[in-house]
Amino acid sequence: MNKLKMAASALALCAMAAPASAEDVKIGVISILEGAFAALGQDGIRGAELAVLETGGEIDGNTIEVITMSSDASPDSAVNAARKLIEQDGVDIIVGPLSGSEGLALRDLSKSYPGVTFLNGSSAAQDTTLRDSSDNFYRFGGDGAQWMVGVGDYAYDDMGYKSVAVIAEDYSFPYTQVLGFMTEFCEAGGKVPEKFWTPIGNKDYSSVVYAIPQDVDALFVALGGADAVNFLTQYSQAGGDKPIIGGSITIDQSILDSKGPFKKLLVGAPAGTPTVGDYDGDEWKAFTASYTEAFPDGFSAPSIFAHHYYMSAKAAMLALDEVDGDLSDGHAAFRAALNDLTFTTPTGGTMRLDKNRNGVIDNFVTEVYEREDGTLGNRVVKVVRDVDQLLGQDEAAFLASGPVSRDNPSCP
Amino acid sequence: MKQALILVPLLIPPLVLNDFWLTQVATRSLILGIMALSLSFLATYLGVVSFAQATIAGIAGYTIAFFGPNSVGIGVPLPFWISIPLALSLAAISGALVGLIARRSRGIYAIMITLAIGVAFFYFTRQNYTFFNGWTGFSGVRAPEIAGVSLRDPLPLYLVSLAVAALALALVSGFVRSPLGLTIQAVRDAPGRVLALGISVTTPIVTAFAFSGLLAGAGGILNVWYQERVSSFSVGLGPIIDILIISVIGGLRHPGGAFVGAVVFVLLETFAVDLIDRERFNTLIGVVLLLIVIVAPGGLQQLAHDWLARLRAPDTNEKSSV
Repeated sequence: MNKLKMAASALALCAMAAPASAEDVKIGVISILEGAFAALGQDGIRGAELAVLETGGEIDGNTIEVITMSSDASPDSAVNAARKLIEQDGVDIIVGPLSGSEGLALRDLSKSYPGVTFLNGSSAAQDTTLRDSSDNFYRFGGDGAQWMVGVGDYAYDDMGYKSVAVIAEDYSFPYTQVLGFMTEFCEAGGKVPEKFWTPIGNKDYSSVVYAIPQDVDALFVALGGADAVNFLTQYSQAGGDKPIIGGSITIDQSILDSKGPFKKLLVGAPAGTPTVGDYDGDEWKAFTASYTEAFPDGFSAPSIFAHHYYMSAKAAMLALDEVDGDLSDGHAAFRAALNDLTFTTPTGGTMRLDKNRNGVIDNFVTEVYEREDGTLGNRVVKVVRDVDQLLGQDEAAFLASGPVSRDNPSCP
Repeated sequence: MKQALILVPLLIPPLVLNDFWLTQVATRSLILGIMALSLSFLATYLGVVSFAQATIAGIAGYTIAFFGPNSVGIGVPLPFWISIPLALSLAAISGALVGLIARRSRGIYAIMITLAIGVAFFYFTRQNYTFFNGWTGFSGVRAPEIAGVSLRDPLPLYLVSLAVAALALALVSGFVRSPLGLTIQAVRDAPGRVLALGISVTTPIVTAFAFSGLLAGAGGILNVWYQERVSSFSVGLGPIIDILIISVIGGLRHPGGAFVGAVVFVLLETFAVDLIDRERFNTLIGVVLLLIVIVAPGGLQQLAHDWLARLRAPDTNEKSSV
């Protein structure tokens, strides 16, 4: 025990003696590098690194050092990773985390570290910035509701769906996605008679499949990864034939590439997302080109995670440039620069923050189409610019409707 | 008395370590050590490996969060001098219930039953919103303030954890020498003979589980103060396995092994990422844990004990205290 303590103290001394010139700016990047999300989390890191690479690794003579840390999708691990980055590695800025509940945890943590500036990675829970926001926590991206903007109107007006049942996972991100969809859909006159909340990682959806009302026009499915594959497979095997509407992470290319009888259900299915891999905007093409050049071993196009980590790191770089890399005033000038920052995003829109430090974003409505060779892909049917967190509504009314939950919103 | 002397060097860390080392390494080791001690106690003296210790720690943690200040607006705020005894009692009662359910099982069957309880509780917390707030759980949980000093500040939290750890060790060593403690060990060695003597085996087993629940609960309370949050992730398979790993690498021979295991585990978990490529650190952790289990089947304390014994070998023939 004592020997261990001595070894520990010796290690501590070495760590404290590590050279750190005053002009270094250290950026800690937190992403999920273990478990089921590891490949996607790695892509988030690529996004942040790309923004730093673009500056050549220094700003006005200040070296930018990137230190990555892994979390495992749990809030506890994100908090531990952030604490280590701040207290042990001495970072000035944190970029991350990846998933919703982690974001809420880091938002709470940021209040204990006023000397560090937090920039959200890709976590998209609504209350990370909307309620109880933190002065040093920024999100240069949207929440899960913003990511669904356009889909509710598209489903009602263009597809003609009047009544939709919801199947979604039972935690903060899908709640927020359902809010984004229902806000427009219910306002247009649509009805959502039934919502099914399933545990994440659920394998057997038969109780849901057989409880779906026969008189709905379509299903809004906000499940991710294997959950979506399992549900869609079981639904189509049971003879289900309702059209599908997808959430932001439901119908990604990996699902379209997987084999299954459900594929015919998906053709024509609309979905909302802030990132479309093969979008043909000029800025996106340039972004994809620099991504593939910098990371030949990466994906064929930046994922939603690379895109969002990139935007946050990019914002940090631009604001650092504005203050000549000087954070010595307790980040005051840097944060003022972040607050007033506007820049062109990879999707061609103009990124800027609202008063809660949440991004005003571009959003896409996509639909699944069958390529000539029989494979399926997503194509853009509508681009909605300048989507804010209030979804264009009056702030007081929007806040008065309360935090998202299983029962909120509701329009049966 | 000799054991009390061990405490003295443990008062030095606050003087030489910075806040990160004191809180993230030293305090966290103590807290995980207390939870692992509850498992080591059961494994060593009752001969049963329970996978429900993280669950019981979680029950205490959830109690503190539910009956204390939190930022999710669920629960009934009570003063800490009510919520802490309440959490400890609930932990002890849950421990007793687990013991009651698992009382007839041994070895792998006891592991399966307690694991099932742990996993069932995990899924229950994810889906119950009235008491556990589902997936998100409780955040913004604050440790009590006494005379204007928050127990979450690095030094108070370290000292409180140290005091609880010392008390837990003292309780364990006292308990195993008591008549009931000896009965528990008799049940471990020869349950049939204990029965033949006319002593029921259920009471000792349930009491042992209740006592270990109390220890786990104390660790759970400290853990929720340290993390300032508790959620379904705190009672999942990850923490369940962490506690088992800590007990095993520390060694089950002496209750103090839990703390040795905790220090090694926390150091590894915290610094593996600095020693190796950041995407590969779990490999390093796994390899080191594997090496410890292969090289020191009796745990690290056994290894240290053997080395010390070899140094002293010529003149002393020391007997183990257990």
